[in-house]
Amino acid sequence: MESIGVLMVCPMNSYLEHELEKRFNLFRFWTVPEKSAFLATNKNSIRAVVGNSSAGADAELIEVLPKLEIVASFSVGLDKIDLAKCKEKGIRVTNTPDVLTDDVADLAIGLMLAVLRKLCESDRYVRSGKWKKGDYRLTTKFTGKKVGIIGLGRIGMAVAKRAEAFSCPISYYSRTEKPEIKYKYYPGVVELAANCDILVVACSLTEETLHIINREVIDALGPKGVLINVGRGPHVDEPELVSALVERRLGGAGLDVFEHEPEVPEELFGLDNVVLLPHVGSGTVETRQAMADLVIGNLEAHFLNRPLLTPVV
Amino acid sequence: MATKETDNQQQRSSQELPVVLVNRLPSFRLPSKPPFEDDLLSHFHLLDPHDSPEPYDSFLSRHASSIRALITVGTTPVTAEFLNLLPCLGLVVGTSAGLDHIDLPACRSRGIAVTNASSAFSEDVADCAVGLLIDVLRRISSADRFVRGRMWPAKKEYPLGFKLRGKRVGIVGLGSIGSEVATRLSAFDCSIAYSSRKKKPSVPFPFYANVGDLASNSDVLILCCALTEETTHIVNKDVMIALGKQGVIINVGRGYLIDEKELVQCLLRGEIGGAGLDVFENEPNVPKELLGLDNVVLSPHRAVMTPESFEALLQLTVANLKAFFSNKPLLSVVSNE
Repeated sequence: MESIGVLMVCPMNSYLEHELEKRFNLFRFWTVPEKSAFLATNKNSIRAVVGNSSAGADAELIEVLPKLEIVASFSVGLDKIDLAKCKEKGIRVTNTPDVLTDDVADLAIGLMLAVLRKLCESDRYVRSGKWKKGDYRLTTKFTGKKVGIIGLGRIGMAVAKRAEAFSCPISYYSRTEKPEIKYKYYPGVVELAANCDILVVACSLTEETLHIINREVIDALGPKGVLINVGRGPHVDEPELVSALVERRLGGAGLDVFEHEPEVPEELFGLDNVVLLPHVGSGTVETRQAMADLVIGNLEAHFLNRPLLTPVV
Repeated sequence: MATKETDNQQQRSSQELPVVLVNRLPSFRLPSKPPFEDDLLSHFHLLDPHDSPEPYDSFLSRHASSIRALITVGTTPVTAEFLNLLPCLGLVVGTSAGLDHIDLPACRSRGIAVTNASSAFSEDVADCAVGLLIDVLRRISSADRFVRGRMWPAKKEYPLGFKLRGKRVGIVGLGSIGSEVATRLSAFDCSIAYSSRKKKPSVPFPFYANVGDLASNSDVLILCCALTEETTHIVNKDVMIALGKQGVIINVGRGYLIDEKELVQCLLRGEIGGAGLDVFENEPNVPKELLGLDNVVLSPHRAVMTPESFEALLQLTVANLKAFFSNKPLLSVVSNE
C-alpha cells in the first residue's frame, strides 16, 4: 500500500502522520508552497484525503483529484466535506464518532461549571494576588439549573446523562421529537432558550443549523442565561453573541469553537462571564489516539476491500 | 437589632420568642444575602454581645441563664472555656461546612447537641470539586489563559489533556459532600472508591481503611472529609507517591488535610500530575510556586459561596432551632462517631 497517495490537508496529530507514513505515501498539504502545481503533478496518485474540523474536502479539491476514493475525517463533524459531491462521485467518507463523545460531553459540563462558578476568573484572582486583599464574590449554583440541549445525538445524550447527575432538568430541541426520550421537547430553539438556564449546542453543522443561535435566541436566553457551544463556531451569529455578552444581555458563555478559528473576537478577552477554549473538545491523549486509529483503520479497510469501520457515505 | 429594643420590648420578646445567642468574632457577620438577621428575628430573640455597649463578659453572664441555643457565625470558635460560661446551653448551630472550630468532645461531654450545615452546602461543594477536576484534567483555566493571551493564532495547537471517563476516583470522607461527588462522577463513568473513619455498609463502593491504599488504587483523590487531629496532613508524601505521576488531587475540605509543602514539591518534581485546590493551610496565602503552574487550578475558598447555598443555610438554621425549641428531632445533628 506504500504507493497509495494519501493527502493530509492540515496538521492534526503526529501519531497519525507517523502511522500513515508507515503504510502509505503521505503528502503533507500544508508544507507545499505551490498547491495548484503540486496537485497537478500528484493528482493521479492521490487516492485518499485525510481532513479534520478545520479543513476537509470541498468541491474544488474533489474535482481536482480524479483518483480520489475515500475521505477520512479526523473528526465527527462533516461540515468541511462536500458530502453531496462525494455521493455523486462514489467517494467513501468516514468520520470518528463515539470515541470522542465522552470527552466533548465532559468538556460541555466543565464549561458550565467554569462559567457559573467562575473557576477561571477566581483562579486568575488568586494568581494575581487579589485574594490577599479581599474575598472573591459569590457565584451561581449549577446543581438544579435547567439545561436545554440543541441536538440530542450521541454527544447531546451524553451531556444530558451527566447533567442529570447534578439534578438538572433536561429539555431539548431536535429536527424531530424523540418519543422514547423522557426529556421535554420544544419544537423551536427560541422556545427552548426561553425555558432553560443553560443552552448547549450539540448538533451537527448543516445549512439548516447555520447561525441557529441568533439574536432572537440570545434574547430568549436572557441576562441570566448561559450559552455553551461545543458544536461549531458557525452555529452562532458571533457578532450578535459578542455584543450580547458585552452589553450583559446574555449572562455568560462557554465557547470551545468560533466562526474563524483560531481568531477569537477581542472584545471577549476582557469579560469575566465567558470561558474561551481553543477547540479542545476531543483534545485528550486517549481520545486523539482512538480517533487516529479509526482513521487508519478505515483507510486500511478500504484499500484491503474490507467493510469500513465508521462510514458516513 | 436586639439591643436597640427598649426594656419593655425586650421583656415582651423574651417572653414570646426563644432566646438565641449569636456567637461571632467581631469582624464576622451573619450573611446579609439573604438577610439572616431579619429572618431569624421573626422567629427568635437574638442576643449579640458585640452589638451591645455592655462589656462582653458582663453581657454574657447577665443573659447566661436564658441561653439554651447559640448560632456560631462562620468559623467563630466554640471552645470549652466559652461553653463553661453558658450553663444552660443545649444546642450549638454551626453555619459552615466544617466543624473544626467547635470543641466537639466538650459539647459531647456536656450533652450539647451540635448541628452542622454541610447539607446546605454539599451540592455546591460537590459541583466545585467536579468542576476543579474537569478543569485540571482538561486544562480549562490554562487554555482560557492561552486564548486570552492571544496565543492561539501563533501556537495553533494546545497541549492535550486527559480523559475523565474511566478514571478511578478515591473519595476521602464519604459524608454528605463526598456522597454528592460520588453521584456526579458516577455519571461520567468514573469508578468510585472511598476511605472513611468506618466502612459504610449501605454504600456499594469499595472501602479502603487507609488513605495510602486508596491512593495506590486511584487516579484521582478528592478530599471531602472534616479536619480533625487524625486527618491533619492525611495526604502526606507517601500518599502522593502512591497516587502516582498521573495522579490528581482535589481539595475542597481544609488546607491542613494536605502537607502543603510536600504537595508543592511533588508538583514541582512531577511526582503527581496535577491539583485543584479550594483551600490552603494559610489562607489567603498560596505557595508562590503554585502560581506559575499550568497543571494546578486555584480557587479562593469559594466552594460554598453561592446565593442558593446561603438561602439553604438560612432555612436549615431556622429549622434546626425551631426543632430544638419544640423538642423535635434536629435536622442535621452531628453524630457521635
